[in-house]
Amino acid sequence: MTETAIAISGVRKTFPGTPHAALDGVSLDIRKNEFFTLLGPSGCGKTTLLRSIAGFEDLDEGSIELDGVDMGRTPPNLRPVNTVFQSYALFPHMSVAQNIAFALEMLDRPRDGIRTRVAEMMSLLRLEGLGERLPAQLSGGQQQRVALGRALAPQPKVLLLDEPLSALDLKLRKEMQIELKRLQMATGITFVFVTHDQEEALRMSDRIAVMRDGKLMQVGRSADIYERPANLFVAEFIGDANFLPAVCVARNGDGGRFRLSCCGEDAVELDVTDANAIATGAKAVLVVRPERISLAPIASALLCGEVPETIYSGSDRMAHARLADGTQLRVRLSGAADVQELLAGRCGFSIAGNAVRAFAA
Amino acid sequence: MKSVRTRDLALTAPAVLYLALFMIAPLLLMLYVSTLERAPFGGVLWDTHTSVAYEKLLFERDFAGKLSFNGDYIAIFARSFRLAAITTLLTLVVSVPTALYMTTVSRRRAAFILFLVTVPFWTNLLVRNFAWILILRNGGALDQGLQWLGLTKQSLDILYTPLATGIGLTYSFLPFMILPTYVALERIDKRLIEAAFDLGATRRRVLSRVVLPLAMPGILAGAILVFIPCLGAYVSPELLGGGKSMMIGNLVQSQFGASRNWPFGAALALMLVAVLLLTLLVWRLVQARMARRQP
Repeated sequence: MTETAIAISGVRKTFPGTPHAALDGVSLDIRKNEFFTLLGPSGCGKTTLLRSIAGFEDLDEGSIELDGVDMGRTPPNLRPVNTVFQSYALFPHMSVAQNIAFALEMLDRPRDGIRTRVAEMMSLLRLEGLGERLPAQLSGGQQQRVALGRALAPQPKVLLLDEPLSALDLKLRKEMQIELKRLQMATGITFVFVTHDQEEALRMSDRIAVMRDGKLMQVGRSADIYERPANLFVAEFIGDANFLPAVCVARNGDGGRFRLSCCGEDAVELDVTDANAIATGAKAVLVVRPERISLAPIASALLCGEVPETIYSGSDRMAHARLADGTQLRVRLSGAADVQELLAGRCGFSIAGNAVRAFAA
Repeated sequence: MKSVRTRDLALTAPAVLYLALFMIAPLLLMLYVSTLERAPFGGVLWDTHTSVAYEKLLFERDFAGKLSFNGDYIAIFARSFRLAAITTLLTLVVSVPTALYMTTVSRRRAAFILFLVTVPFWTNLLVRNFAWILILRNGGALDQGLQWLGLTKQSLDILYTPLATGIGLTYSFLPFMILPTYVALERIDKRLIEAAFDLGATRRRVLSRVVLPLAMPGILAGAILVFIPCLGAYVSPELLGGGKSMMIGNLVQSQFGASRNWPFGAALALMLVAVLLLTLLVWRLVQARMARRQP
């Protein structure tokens, strides 16, 4: 089940006239039938990697295998992958049906077969009745679906998607996220999705590769990336997090005891389940997700502080607490939490030892 | 509303005035002249009307006054259309690859090529056609070059043939084809070309299915810019064709000049205008039908 669809090894690419490598030694296996996301800030190399898979970039080093075949310098038209472009790049002089038929015609499929397949794609993408329209006569969401249909029509082994949802408004984007997920499951085609939107990535992907400056920061399932970020960059880039400076005071197997340096005179110490191999006496940063911090009676609380403001967003309420030395602590509470009580006086917060990720500072 | 109309009027007045004065008025004058009786030594009798000029387009009158069909002038029209069409085709064949090449090189190099394309405009058309005489004449640069290379033994006898006219016309009108074609190609979104490659198109099919259809409006504009002035061309057929393969332009000139038949010259010129308008009209209809067939 976990056969490899794309094997990327040691890929390097530097564009002429730029000091830094766009891709700096990237090695990655993308499995068959998975929804794989390349995630990172702009300029991290995710689009360059996608274009390399499609065949639009010549690599300086390394290789890309599709289905076990080294692509080398195989041109894009001979690769069993298709791309959904960020701008859609629909052919403006062709109707919706002609756009969807294009790749099939390039394969010299028989006319009847093309007609059937186009009709199939139109119904799969809910474009019935729009076959004769020109792209300019369609809404953004419809154009998006035509681009998908055009790329999926020849049943490529891999579908590459270059930030395809970034031009849509929020509501449509959420609809298309579900639609894409549905399509991926319905077709069983490997999707490689590029985005800079971490929420979108978490929601849609089977696995995610987080990139930065042309390097891979972490590859893993969505939950792993969120719960167990491999480094501070990933922790910061994905989701909300509190970063608490600390010093390791004792080690105990995998775990360790850390003294938080954000509480002034009072030595607050916290037992962390996974000390991440940080040596005793070394400085560290503890990363805690806001929803993993809970309210506690002051007497038994780990940290105390005031809550000058909270931000309500329906399902939850983010409390922006200020600790004794001024450190901000963000705590995600239920939307039903009692605000008056929070704002009234000092609050206590507790953190479970297994909710903390420790990184060397 | 009223102020808008005054403003529109003020803005269009110069163009309207110019067209009325230098386009419509002369055409009307021509139309009037074409209905007059020719004066014996050139000019016209301003008060004697006759349809002789239009009769002469298709018929000739013998000494007995009997009318019989004469296809000479139709043949000249046909030859002009043929030569203009061939010239348009030749400029197309040269321009499209040139313009395609220009879109693949750096902007600086493309600008330099554009500059080279426009350089001939700096020299008078007449002078350039005389230069072609020196190249094409027997024992001229072309003959000498080919003989030096050992490709030919005798002179090619190109000058004063329709081929020479075609070469001269193609050369003269090439820039009018290259410029709009290049602009049209340059404007194509490069991502569409990438998308076509990505979807499995070979280079040839990217060209035939995406690039050329998208550039077609520019290419058609270029074709019209070449075809129409070609049809009325005078200098190249006169100098390079040696007046042997007469075209409409030369025929009209000779009627106002040597033949001293102003009404017939005017009628010929008007026929050319009429045929051109008809051609463009048919073209538009065909285009509209094609656009409807491919929604």
